[in-house]
Amino acid sequence: MTTLLDSYAAVAGADVIRHLQQLAAPLKGARIVHVNSTRSGGGVAEILTKLIPLKRELGLDARWEVITGGGEFYQCTKGFHNGLQGTRVELPATLRRAYEDTNAQNAEELRAVLEEADFVFIHDPQPAPLLRHIPKRRGKWVWRCHIDLSHPHRPVWKYLRDFVNGYDASIFSLADFAQPLPHPVYLIPPSIDPLAEKNMELDTAEIEATCAQYRIDCTRPLMLQVSRFDRFKDPVGVIHAYRLAKSFIPGLQLVLAGGGASDDPEGDVVLAEVRLAAQDDPDVHVLLLPADAHRTINALQRAADFVLQKSLREGFGLTVTEAMWKAKPVIGGDTGGIRLQVVNHHTGFLVSTPEGAALRIRYLLHHRERLLEMGNKAREFVRDNFLLTRHLREYLTLMVGLQHGAQDRIDLG
Amino acid sequence: MTEQQDVSVFVIKDCALAAIATGLRAQNLRELRDHLTGIHLGCIYYHFWGGLLRPHFDDPEYNNDFASWARHALHDVPLAERLGVIDPADYPELEGLRQELIETIEERIEETEYQTWSRPDQQFHFVRAQTVSLDTGRRLTQPAELATIVPQLSLGSVFYHFIDARRREPQGVDDFRAWLAQFGDVHDGLRVRLAEVDPYFINLAELRAQLTRLFRDYFGGPA
Repeated sequence: MTTLLDSYAAVAGADVIRHLQQLAAPLKGARIVHVNSTRSGGGVAEILTKLIPLKRELGLDARWEVITGGGEFYQCTKGFHNGLQGTRVELPATLRRAYEDTNAQNAEELRAVLEEADFVFIHDPQPAPLLRHIPKRRGKWVWRCHIDLSHPHRPVWKYLRDFVNGYDASIFSLADFAQPLPHPVYLIPPSIDPLAEKNMELDTAEIEATCAQYRIDCTRPLMLQVSRFDRFKDPVGVIHAYRLAKSFIPGLQLVLAGGGASDDPEGDVVLAEVRLAAQDDPDVHVLLLPADAHRTINALQRAADFVLQKSLREGFGLTVTEAMWKAKPVIGGDTGGIRLQVVNHHTGFLVSTPEGAALRIRYLLHHRERLLEMGNKAREFVRDNFLLTRHLREYLTLMVGLQHGAQDRIDLG
Repeated sequence: MTEQQDVSVFVIKDCALAAIATGLRAQNLRELRDHLTGIHLGCIYYHFWGGLLRPHFDDPEYNNDFASWARHALHDVPLAERLGVIDPADYPELEGLRQELIETIEERIEETEYQTWSRPDQQFHFVRAQTVSLDTGRRLTQPAELATIVPQLSLGSVFYHFIDARRREPQGVDDFRAWLAQFGDVHDGLRVRLAEVDPYFINLAELRAQLTRLFRDYFGGPA
C-alpha cells in the first residue's frame, strides 16, 4: 500500500523523506497537539489536514483539536485579525470577555489532552489564552502566528501579547512579520501541498474544458491574477497593465479570478471598480469563484502563460507559490513575501507600477524560451523550498530544538 | 565525525537548521555596523552559510545576506560587491569574519558623504541559526565506500560534513579530508582535490554531485 510519505517522496524526492524520518526519530511517540479554531476553510486548516497524518506516519502521536465559540467570540477574533494587520478597531469589553470565557470553556474540554502533551502548537490568536488555563502543562507550548504582525494596531497587540508572552516559543512566517517577544521567535515560511486539489497535476482536457467554460481562448496569450477583490491586490492596476501591453499584443487575454466577498463590504466596491475598469472588454474575464473552486483555479493557473500578483501590500503570497509550482513565471509586486519568491529575472519579475508590469508582460510574450526557462526555475525553486515537506522539516527541527533549550548547536549523537 | 574508540569509522550525520529572529534590525549602514559589533556569532553563520539550508534561490546575485541587502535595500553596488567577495571559508573563526564585515562597512561609511536608508519594509533582520545534528546510523569503514554513499546523502548530511565541519574544532576542515588524513598519506591526492572544491558558489545539490564525481573519479564507479 502506498503511504502518504511515499506520495510525497514521488514529488519532493526520496532523500527529503529520509531526512524527515531521521529528524523525527528522536521525537518518536511524542504527543503533539495542534489547536486552531476551524476544521475546514482557510490556510491553517489546509496545512493541518496534511501535516497531522504526515507526522503520524513519522511515528509522532499527533492530533488536531478545534476550539469552538459563539458569535461574539468570532466577532472578537475577526477584530483581532483586522487589528493585528493594522486596521484601527475597537474591541469592546463584552467581546473581550466572550473571547476569554470561550477559551476558559474550551480549556476545560481539552484539559486532559493539553496537560499530557509534549508539544502544543496554538495557531493564531483565537486559542491563545488556553495556555493560562493549563497551569499543570508538562510540554512545550508554541504560538504559531500566521498573520503579518509588522504594523499592528497597538492596543490590539498589547492586549493579545499578554496571552502570548508566556509561551515557550513562537513562530512567524517571515522576520518582517514578527514582533519582539520574551522567548525564541522561530521563522518558518508557509508552504503549499503539491498533492492538494489546488496543486495536483491536471490533464490537458480538463484545463481546456475549464477555459471553454469561461470562454477563454487557449490558443491566444493568457495571463492571470488570482486574488480577493481588494485594493491591496491592485486589480485595477493589472487591467491598466493589460491595456498597455494589449496595444502591442492584440491577442492578449486577462483573467482576474477571486473569491466571494460576502463578509467584506469593501470587496463589492472593489469588484465594481474592476468591472468598470474592464469596460466590457471580451478579453478581460472577471471571475467571481466560490471559495472551494480549487480545481478551477488550478486549471486556470496551468492554462496561463504566466501569472501576475501585482500586490501593493502582501503577506506571504501563497498564490505566487502555487503559480510557480505550475512552472509559471510570476510578475509580482515588490512587496512582502513576494520578494522572497520572485527572484528578479530568474523566477519572474518584481514590479512597482502598471507600466513596469506591462513591460514585463511584453518581454515574456516575446521571449518564449525565457518564459519557459523561468517557469522551470520557478517550479524547482518551489520544490526545494516551499513544499509541505520543508514546512514539516522545520517543525521537527523546532521541536528537537525546544527539547534542548536555546543552545546554538544540538548534537543528538 | 569519527568515533574516538575507532578512528577508522566515519559516522554519517545529518543536520537541519532552525532560524530564530533576534528582533534586531538595521535600516542604514551605521545601524548594521553597530549591531554587528555585538551580535551573536550564530547570526554571522546564518547570514553567510545558512542560506544553503533555508528557503533561498540557487543562483543568487550575491552569496551572503549582507551583500544582497546592500545591493537591493541600500542600492549601494560598490559595498555589495565588496561584501559579496568575502569568502567565509577564509575565516576559521566566525569572530574573524565579523571583524572583516565591520571593517568593510566602516570603510564604506567613511568614503560616503550621505547615509543611505533602506525602505522601512526592507530593513536588515538579524536572524540566528540553531543547528540540530543527528546520527543517521550509517557507518563507513573504507574510504572507497565514499563513492557509493555520497550520492545517497541527504543535503543536510552534505552540509554537515563538508561545510559545517569547517567550523568545528579542532579540525577546521571538512570531515572527508579529516577522515582521509587518518589513513596516512595514502589519499593525499584526493585530499588536495577536496580542498579545491569551493562550496560557497554552488548549492548543496550541485556540491553533492561534484563530490560524487570526485570520489568516483578517484575510487572508480559509475560516471
